[in-house]
Amino acid sequence: MPELSPILDAAVVDSDNVILSAENITQVYPGTVALDDVSFHVRKGKVNVLIGENGAGKSTLMKILAGVQRPTSGKILLDGAEIHPRSPLEATRLGIGMIFQELNLCDNLSVVDNIFLARETTRRNGLIARRLQKQRARELLRKLEQKIDPDELLGNLRIGEQQIVEIAKALAQDVRILIMDEPTSALSAAEVEVLFRVIRELKSHGVAIIYISHKLEELMQIGDYVTILRDGRKVAEEEVKNVSLSWMIENMVGRNPATLFTREERPLGGVLLKAENLTLPRAGGGYLLDHVSFELREGEVLGFYGLMGAGRSDLVECLAGARPQATGSIWLDGQPVTATTVLERIQSGFVLIPEDRQHDSLVPTLSVMDNMLLASLRKYLRGLFLAPAQEKSATDAQIKDLSIRVANAQQPITALSGGNQQKVVVAKGLLTHPRVLLLDEPTRGIDVGAKSEIFAIVNRLAAQKYGVIFVSSELKEVLAMSDRILVMSKGKITGEFTHQEATEEKLVAASAIGHGPSNGGNHHESGN
Amino acid sequence: MNQATNAKPAQMKKRRTITKTDVQQFLLHGRAFIALILVTVVFSYLVPNFLTPANLVILSKHVAINALLAIGMTFVILTAGIDLSVGSIAGMVAMIAGGMIREGVILPQLGIIIYPHTWMIVVLALILGTLAGALSGYVITRFNVAPFIATLGMYYVARGIAGLRNNGYTFPNLVGRPEYGNTGFEILGAGNFLGVNYSIWLMVILAVVAYIVTRRTPFGRHVYAIGGNERAAELSGVRVSRTKVIVYSISGFCSALVGLIIASQLVASHPLIGDAFELNAIAAVVLGGTSLAGGRGSMGGTIIGAFTIGVMQDGMVMLGVSSFWQKVIKGAVIVLAVIIDQVQARMQERIALQKQQEMAAVEGS
Repeated sequence: MPELSPILDAAVVDSDNVILSAENITQVYPGTVALDDVSFHVRKGKVNVLIGENGAGKSTLMKILAGVQRPTSGKILLDGAEIHPRSPLEATRLGIGMIFQELNLCDNLSVVDNIFLARETTRRNGLIARRLQKQRARELLRKLEQKIDPDELLGNLRIGEQQIVEIAKALAQDVRILIMDEPTSALSAAEVEVLFRVIRELKSHGVAIIYISHKLEELMQIGDYVTILRDGRKVAEEEVKNVSLSWMIENMVGRNPATLFTREERPLGGVLLKAENLTLPRAGGGYLLDHVSFELREGEVLGFYGLMGAGRSDLVECLAGARPQATGSIWLDGQPVTATTVLERIQSGFVLIPEDRQHDSLVPTLSVMDNMLLASLRKYLRGLFLAPAQEKSATDAQIKDLSIRVANAQQPITALSGGNQQKVVVAKGLLTHPRVLLLDEPTRGIDVGAKSEIFAIVNRLAAQKYGVIFVSSELKEVLAMSDRILVMSKGKITGEFTHQEATEEKLVAASAIGHGPSNGGNHHESGN
Repeated sequence: MNQATNAKPAQMKKRRTITKTDVQQFLLHGRAFIALILVTVVFSYLVPNFLTPANLVILSKHVAINALLAIGMTFVILTAGIDLSVGSIAGMVAMIAGGMIREGVILPQLGIIIYPHTWMIVVLALILGTLAGALSGYVITRFNVAPFIATLGMYYVARGIAGLRNNGYTFPNLVGRPEYGNTGFEILGAGNFLGVNYSIWLMVILAVVAYIVTRRTPFGRHVYAIGGNERAAELSGVRVSRTKVIVYSISGFCSALVGLIIASQLVASHPLIGDAFELNAIAAVVLGGTSLAGGRGSMGGTIIGAFTIGVMQDGMVMLGVSSFWQKVIKGAVIVLAVIIDQVQARMQERIALQKQQEMAAVEGS
């Protein structure tokens, strides 16, 4: 099979429109292989779509093209000549611009200063040509059909407006290749329409667009070529007009997750956790969590589905005690929970497996064992001191139970693969002897094998009468794993489905309540 | 058959690369000790009588002062913080303690003067230093002030109070008076046990306690975790703010101890006691292999670092190196230490990667 793929590639690549190509890129991080021998071709005047699940390696590949990161091996060709962009500035000079998923803007500067940051237009005396810059900024914003004052402080803008500024910033660079990493995640339907018009205009000027998005319908609308990554490898490259939505999903997922993650039917116990009117105010007004109430039973896996920013992570963080501003009432086993801090919540039986492993879960400077025991250290005390024998036996038991692959428990945590790191985090949680497990995207950025192992663990824990709250953005996973699914949108619960009732369509529909339509077809504008 | 031929080179490769990685790791972990041996060898070659017992005792006495500060500083730096106020707190504590011996505690409302016992003065002085550290920690955690700024503030405030206490003058001759029951302060600095000065014993005791605390207590583990990833520590139930306040309190306690020792050795309190000592302490910690970014390092390394600086300093004095050159060299060493810190962090990352690839190779074969 592998021998066939170059020919297959060649057929698609053949059109000599390729302006930029990444050849055999491999990127190794401590703990994971993010990209494994990936080649990617960008065609002039086309929208080159890149898709894949979370952790498939899309953002890494883009960071390499934009000069943010240097690959472990492989090369980048621009117009057939090899280039080595060492910084985003260098990449821009070569004509490659990028709109980042996480906005790279300075809140403390004005819109115009942001647009021209690091490429200020100067007069002959070396001072910034303010009037000229402002004029150009105004033109760009007009093109994007936005009423944004160029002198406004960026921090005062709505997040959607900030995204527009980020786009204007990239346009100001007169790039030949423009990378857009999830450019529409914070845009309203009307704004998306404007963006698409701008993209079509750029195409007509011969600009090559690299477009990354999770919204597949959007890609069908705007894309010309599609490349699919899965677990760090390229699995398909095709013209968009030749493919269907289901083909894309199939290649992205590469399997039917329902067959990998089988839920076991089990009897549910009594009500374990009851939450009423959980509320968390948003800093700029409104709510991150808007009076959320629900119940969780013993042995139940309760799925929470929703779009980014729907409030699912805020909900589990509230339950874990990590959000002191939260209000509302919680009962565990019928007893009101009065604990407020993270430590007290852990002691009363809540434990959070956070969404962002690197940022919120792991201490990279500590060993596997020290990471695993961090939340339950007091259990291994003998008098004033930690008893190494007990620490070791607790660690070894978890390593065996969760089949964590390590050479020894003293290994640095960074030497483990993503999946094994995640299992260490789960073990850390289990060692606190919780009643309620709060799993926030527990399968993010780990490979398929590790995913199904994590799900086997969840199944086992549910059978042992733990209550499990399972937050996921992956429809198939949440459908396959949950006894019951709650859908959230804009801080509210907008749908509740039993395992039998739930379908992908119902979940997606419920998750869009309160949002504008994404296809721009019918224009009932969202609340903001 | 085929399998057998395949397995052999894989195994040989595995053995060779692991050895290489292990050597690199050994050199990295042992770099502080290697540096100490190096400077000791150099100075014992250049300076006659450098390695005599008498000289080593004097050297250790000098080192003890810096090492005590550096022990407290290590706790702070392990949490990714910094404490610039240690020298000033030492000066403030020395002046307050000296004042209590010379003038007693005046209670104006009652019109009486109380002369506390010497041991009470020592305890009060230690409490004062600890509270000063705790205040820095409180400002840092409660108001989210950068440790650099909070302790810079304490640096000025404490030094200012040291000057204010006696208008910038020294409290001389702190021998106390038998009728007030406050004699014996000088014993702390001059006393010996088994022929070894008390200050050296204090260093040894504190170093051992600190070592055990960092290695074998939940508190120590929390300190490392906060320095490695504060957010992860927080979400694991570590009481981050409380731990940090304790850490700065420990540093304040060590500073107070140093202030008392110096005042006792001089039998006088001068408002400039401990001036610029914070830099020596930071240098010792960093030379000892503790990362300024937090989370990595050890007490043992800090003691080695303090001795390295001590050997260099005393060695240069005995060699007759001009004090200006001493400063130049000391400055270069501090910067060099930070460079080494950065390089080693990168190398450790690379080695972790190397290890992982070795493991992958083993799994794959």
